Amino acid sequence: MIEVENLTKRYGPTLAVSGVSFQVQKGEVLGFLGPNGAGKTTTMRIITGFLSASSGRVRVAGFDVAETPIEAKKCVGYLPENPPVYTDMTVKEYLAFVGRIKRVPRKELKKRIGEVSEKCAITDVQHRQIGKLSKGYRQRVGLAQAMIHNPEVLILDEPTAGLDPKQIIETRELIKGLAGQHTVILSTHILPEVSKTCQRVVVINKGTVVAMGAPDELTARLQGYGTVLVTAEAPAAEITGKLQTVPGVTLVEQRESSGPRITLEVHTEKNHDVRAELARAVVQSGWSLFELKSSGMSLEDIFLKLTTRDLSEEVSAQEESPAEGGGQAEPVN
Amino acid sequence: MRNILAIAGKELRSYFHSPIAYLVMAVYAVLCGYTFSSFTKMYMFQTLRMQAMGGMGVPNMTINEYVIRPLFEGVLAIVLLLLIPMITMRLYAEEKRSGTIELLLTSPITDLQIILGKFLGALTLYSTLIVITFAYLSVLFIYGNPFAKPLIAQALGLLLFGGALLALGMWISTFTKNQIIAGVVSFAVFLMLYILNWVTAYSHGAVSAVLSYLSLTTHFDAFAKGVVDLKDLVYYLSVIVLGIFLTARSVEALKGRA
Repeated sequence: MIEVENLTKRYGPTLAVSGVSFQVQKGEVLGFLGPNGAGKTTTMRIITGFLSASSGRVRVAGFDVAETPIEAKKCVGYLPENPPVYTDMTVKEYLAFVGRIKRVPRKELKKRIGEVSEKCAITDVQHRQIGKLSKGYRQRVGLAQAMIHNPEVLILDEPTAGLDPKQIIETRELIKGLAGQHTVILSTHILPEVSKTCQRVVVINKGTVVAMGAPDELTARLQGYGTVLVTAEAPAAEITGKLQTVPGVTLVEQRESSGPRITLEVHTEKNHDVRAELARAVVQSGWSLFELKSSGMSLEDIFLKLTTRDLSEEVSAQEESPAEGGGQAEPVN
Repeated sequence: MRNILAIAGKELRSYFHSPIAYLVMAVYAVLCGYTFSSFTKMYMFQTLRMQAMGGMGVPNMTINEYVIRPLFEGVLAIVLLLLIPMITMRLYAEEKRSGTIELLLTSPITDLQIILGKFLGALTLYSTLIVITFAYLSVLFIYGNPFAKPLIAQALGLLLFGGALLALGMWISTFTKNQIIAGVVSFAVFLMLYILNWVTAYSHGAVSAVLSYLSLTTHFDAFAKGVVDLKDLVYYLSVIVLGIFLTARSVEALKGRA
C-alpha cells in the first residue's frame, strides 16, 4: 500500500533522512519509532507530499507522490504533530471545510461529518469554537479531519501526544479499530504505544532505519536468545535441574522466590519455542505451575540498544512476516 | 473551481470571524468619508464664490474634476497602501504559524487552487472597500449630476490597483510565520512602488523611464481621470499574474525546506 524506496532528505548540508526504505501492507498498522529528531516527522511529511524528497521515491496506493501528487493525496489522511486546526472555526465548520478540500462529495459531507465525529467522540463539541477546546479535543478534531474523506492510508504523527491517560487508551483503541480497513503509519517515541497498537515496527535513528519487524521478533532477534519466565511451586534445585534437561533450553537462572513459589528465568535457543515442553515438564513432575510467559527484552531495552550505540550490522527483518501473534501468557495444559 | 471557492470562503470567514475585516472597513470608511466630505465642501465653497463673482468659469468646474478625481488621485491610494497589508499579511504567515499549512499542502488540491482561493478571498474583502467608496459617491448623484461613465473606469482602476497590491502582499506573506513582519515589509514595498515615479522629477533617461513605468502611481493617474488605457490595464494585470506566480514559486520552495 505504501512503498518507500531509498528516501533521502537533505536540509542544506544536514541529512535528515538517508536511504530509508520500507513497505506497509494493506490494513497494517506500522509503528514508526525513534528518538526526537530521528527523522520520523520528515519521512511522514514526504509521504504525505508536504515536503519533497531530495532523492528516492514514495508510492501510496500505487501513485507516486512526486509525479501524481493529487491522486496520492486523495488516498491519504494526515494528522501532523500539532493538529492543523483553525482556531476561529467551530468543529463543524472546520470539518465541513476540510471535507470540501478533500473532495468529499457534497451529498455525503454531512453524513461523513457525523460519522467521524462519532468515531472520535467529538459530537458533543460540534458547535464549539476550536480555539476554546482543550488539547485533547483538538487532537481528536485533528484525527477526525484526517479521516473525513475515508482515506485508505492514515499517517498519524504522535497521535496521543497531549492526551490524558483515558484519552490515550481511547485513541489507541480507535487506531486498532482502523487496522484492516485502513493502512496506518503512526509515529511515536512512547514505547508501550507501539507494542499496544502496532503489528510492525520500524525503528529509525539519525535518519536511517536501524531495525524493522514485529515487536516480538525484534526482541528475539536482538537478544540472540529467547527468555521464558516460569513461576511454580517447587524445590529450587530440583526444578532447575529438571528444566535444564528440556531440549532447547540453554540456561536456567533463579530470579526470585517468595515462600515455596519461585520464579525462574529460562534462556532458550533463538526462535525455539519451548513453552509447551516447559509446562509439561513442570506439571509432570507434580509441581504446580502458576505462570509461564516469554519475556524477551522489553521494547525499552531494544530501543536503547538500537539508538544509543551505533549498530554496525544493520538489523533488518526479512519481509512478509507481519504480525506474528503476540507470545504473552499463553494458557497451560 | 469548487476547491478555489472553498478556500476563498474559508479566508473570508476568518476575516469576518476576527476584527480584521471590521477594522479595515471602519478605518477606510472614516478616512474616505472625511476626504470625500472635505472635497465636496471645498467644491461647494468654490462654486458659490465663482457664482458670486459673476458665473465666470462655472461650466468648467465639474463634480468629476473637482471632487471625484482628486479623491482617487491622492488620498484613496495612500489609504489603501496602509490597509492592504492588513488584508494580506495573514494569508500565508498565519497558516505557517498555526501549522494549518500542512493541512492545505497535503490536501488533494493544487497549490495554484489554494493561491487563487486566497487571492479571491482577499479581493472580495477588498471589494467591500470599493463598495464603500461608491456608496459615498452615490450621494453626488442625489444632489448633483456628475458623469457616470468615468466612474466605471475609476472603479476598475481601484480594483486593479488593489488586486496588484494584494497579489504582491500575498507573496510577501509566504516568507514568514510572523504577520507583523509580513505587514511591515508589504507596506514598505507598496510605498516604494508608489513613490518610484518621483525619480522623473530630477532625472531623465532610460533608468528613470523604467522606474517610472514600474511605479503604481504612473498607471493609476489615467484611471483616476476616468480613462482606461490599455497599457495601464496590461501593467496591473501583469503585476497580479507576477504576484501569483511568485507566490506559487515560494510555496513550492516551502516543500524543499522545513
